[in-house]
Amino acid sequence: MHASGPPLLTVEHLSMRFGGLIAVDDLSFSAGRGEITAIIGPNGAGKTTVFNCITGFYKPTSGRLLLSLGEAASAADIAALTATGRRSGATAAGAIFLLERMPDHEIAARARVARTFQNIRLFPGMTVLENLIVAQHNALMAASGWTVLGLFGARRYVEAEARAVERAKHWLDRVALTERADDPAGDLPYGAQRRLEIARAMCTEPALLCLDEPAAGLNPRESAELTDFLKSIQTEHGTSILLIEHDMSVVMGISDHVVVLEYGQKISDGPPDHVRNDPKVIAAYLGVEDEEVAEVEAEIAR
Amino acid sequence: MSTAMDAAATRPMATAKLAAALKDALGTALLTLGLAVPILALRTEQNISNELILQPRWGYVAIAVALAFSARFLYLVAPAAPARPRMLSLPRGFGRVLSAVLLMVLLLYPLIALALTGKAGAVKWIDNFGIQILIYIMLGWGLNIVVGLAGLLDLGYVAFYAVGAYAYALLATSDPVKSFMADWIGAGFWPLWAFWICLPVAGLMAAFWGILLGFPVLRLRGDYLAIVTLAFGEIIRLVLINWVPVTNGYAGVSGIPRPSFFGLPFNDSEGGFAAVFGLEFTPLYRTIFLFYLIVALALLTNWVTLRLRRLPIGRAWEALREDEIACRSLGINTTNTKLTAFAIGAGFGGFAGSFFAARQGFISPESFTFMESAVVLSIVVLGGMGSQLGVAIAAFVMIGGTEILRELDWLKRIFGPEFEPTQYRMLLFGLAMVLLMIWRPRGLIAFRAPSIFLRERRLVRAEMVKEGHG
Repeated sequence: MHASGPPLLTVEHLSMRFGGLIAVDDLSFSAGRGEITAIIGPNGAGKTTVFNCITGFYKPTSGRLLLSLGEAASAADIAALTATGRRSGATAAGAIFLLERMPDHEIAARARVARTFQNIRLFPGMTVLENLIVAQHNALMAASGWTVLGLFGARRYVEAEARAVERAKHWLDRVALTERADDPAGDLPYGAQRRLEIARAMCTEPALLCLDEPAAGLNPRESAELTDFLKSIQTEHGTSILLIEHDMSVVMGISDHVVVLEYGQKISDGPPDHVRNDPKVIAAYLGVEDEEVAEVEAEIAR
Repeated sequence: MSTAMDAAATRPMATAKLAAALKDALGTALLTLGLAVPILALRTEQNISNELILQPRWGYVAIAVALAFSARFLYLVAPAAPARPRMLSLPRGFGRVLSAVLLMVLLLYPLIALALTGKAGAVKWIDNFGIQILIYIMLGWGLNIVVGLAGLLDLGYVAFYAVGAYAYALLATSDPVKSFMADWIGAGFWPLWAFWICLPVAGLMAAFWGILLGFPVLRLRGDYLAIVTLAFGEIIRLVLINWVPVTNGYAGVSGIPRPSFFGLPFNDSEGGFAAVFGLEFTPLYRTIFLFYLIVALALLTNWVTLRLRRLPIGRAWEALREDEIACRSLGINTTNTKLTAFAIGAGFGGFAGSFFAARQGFISPESFTFMESAVVLSIVVLGGMGSQLGVAIAAFVMIGGTEILRELDWLKRIFGPEFEPTQYRMLLFGLAMVLLMIWRPRGLIAFRAPSIFLRERRLVRAEMVKEGHG
């Protein structure tokens, strides 16, 4: 499971300030290729801010967000790209992207980072199928000859659209929404909307899938199904997943690697077992006194 | 047993409901009284010796109060309409049959008008009704791309109509262009072909201005976008008024060449349309030709819009209306998406504008006031945002309705010779809008047809669909 080699996403010294508020403070971590990385932390720790920086919705105050597709990039390549003003560069067998320099839609389209939102953001007035077709916009746009060929019903576009529908059907099947394909997305129950949002993100064929609290509001059975679903995405599609989650059964069940934030700073980083027993993490979650932390640390040492 | 009990329980409930309705209606009547007294009750008139005399009109007040009371009362006691289904399935091919029927009626309309009213009367019916309504249908369809599909509230659409009209008028009447064409191709060429050459130019020009407007407003949403587009419309109008050396200011541009029948002029000359086809000359042919021309232009707008809705660009417009942030997270370049919506919507406005200039033969800034934008926008909103059929119906009712007021001279026999039905145009317009917004808050056609389906095309109720705020 633990893919070897250098990570897919490397976050280095990321800081995000809103006026006087430091939401993320000098954060560094990495998300491994083909792994599920979870970011956890108490409310207000800056988890969603990190997500928004990675997906380009915020411009970080400082830091480097490096994403490398294909074979690992050499340090020399990375340094060379950083030195130039460019956003991305091709390497011997792949490409590297400096996400902090890219606008949000480009991160999704070129660096292949897809995301979901804490408060679900579907297109409620469009049908379930349409939601999944819109997700394949860029491929279809190219096939339609930037609309010109498509306007005259070019075969190339018709075929591309049929392929898009096939992919949508595949994902509908995976999230058990085939029956509701022609219903408006806003009509679906909450859990189904969460699944559809993940399916929509997967329709963009991402290399990195960022999920912002995918289990929020789900019942235990739905959470368990979600865990299986995410596992299968990881194994069958090789998609790396970055995950914000409060539901510890989900986090501990599927994560290969957990990063813990508190007040914008990283307080722990490692495999689930390590994090689970980290006294700092326990203190952050239970809000204990400093002396008690020392006690707990002493106990663990014993 | 239980039914008897139910009936016994229902009776006092019905009485209570009636009493509540009566109370509510009385309140409405009082409110109407308060409003009617200052507006309707007293009227000042000049008598022969130039004195102002007060003329009481308490009868009108009584009528207004009675109308308000009974309307409110009936509205409240009327049985509630059964809940409409959230989804609607249409029989297969329904849309196709409907559009075929409507198209046939449209194509036969000039002949029907001719048969019913004769040559003299037909001009009015084809021009004032047919062409006028179709221009607004086309404008409504053009604006529908921006407002209905992309969800960008545009209050300055008339600017593109003006750009199209002036682009054609100024190019066609410009002396350098005329002499250039006369030198290179021949003196007769430009007046005959100006319209056909300038029509695409005017559309492109308007699309260009659509992009120019689009850039500064990319980051604006909702109310702010509406205000800036409104200002843009006013700027264009003020430039047209004040740039006298080019636009001739308030005086406008006259002598705009009329469209030819692909090179054959509509006059009684040897080479004219009537002579070539061996017909007796009548100005009616030009009107009929203009009618079919605007039908073709409107249908082109409709065809392109319907095609675009099934293409990625159209789906991206609708997705933009639904949720812009989600669009960006899926890699959709929202800047380009907004700009194409502005450009294509504006382009159709420009086509309509250049047709308008060609039909009138004279244009001035007075034709491009904010009122025009407001009318076109209300057509889109009343029709049901995003619905092509709804827009067409709304334009037919609103423009046809206001035109029909001119035909209601018989009302003078009831209300006296001073009664001018056309003066009530705006009042009726407003009343119709208020009523429609109560009856169908999401417009006449409050369903959205999905652009693609897996098994069954089910219409989406408008309540699900976002109205767009950016």
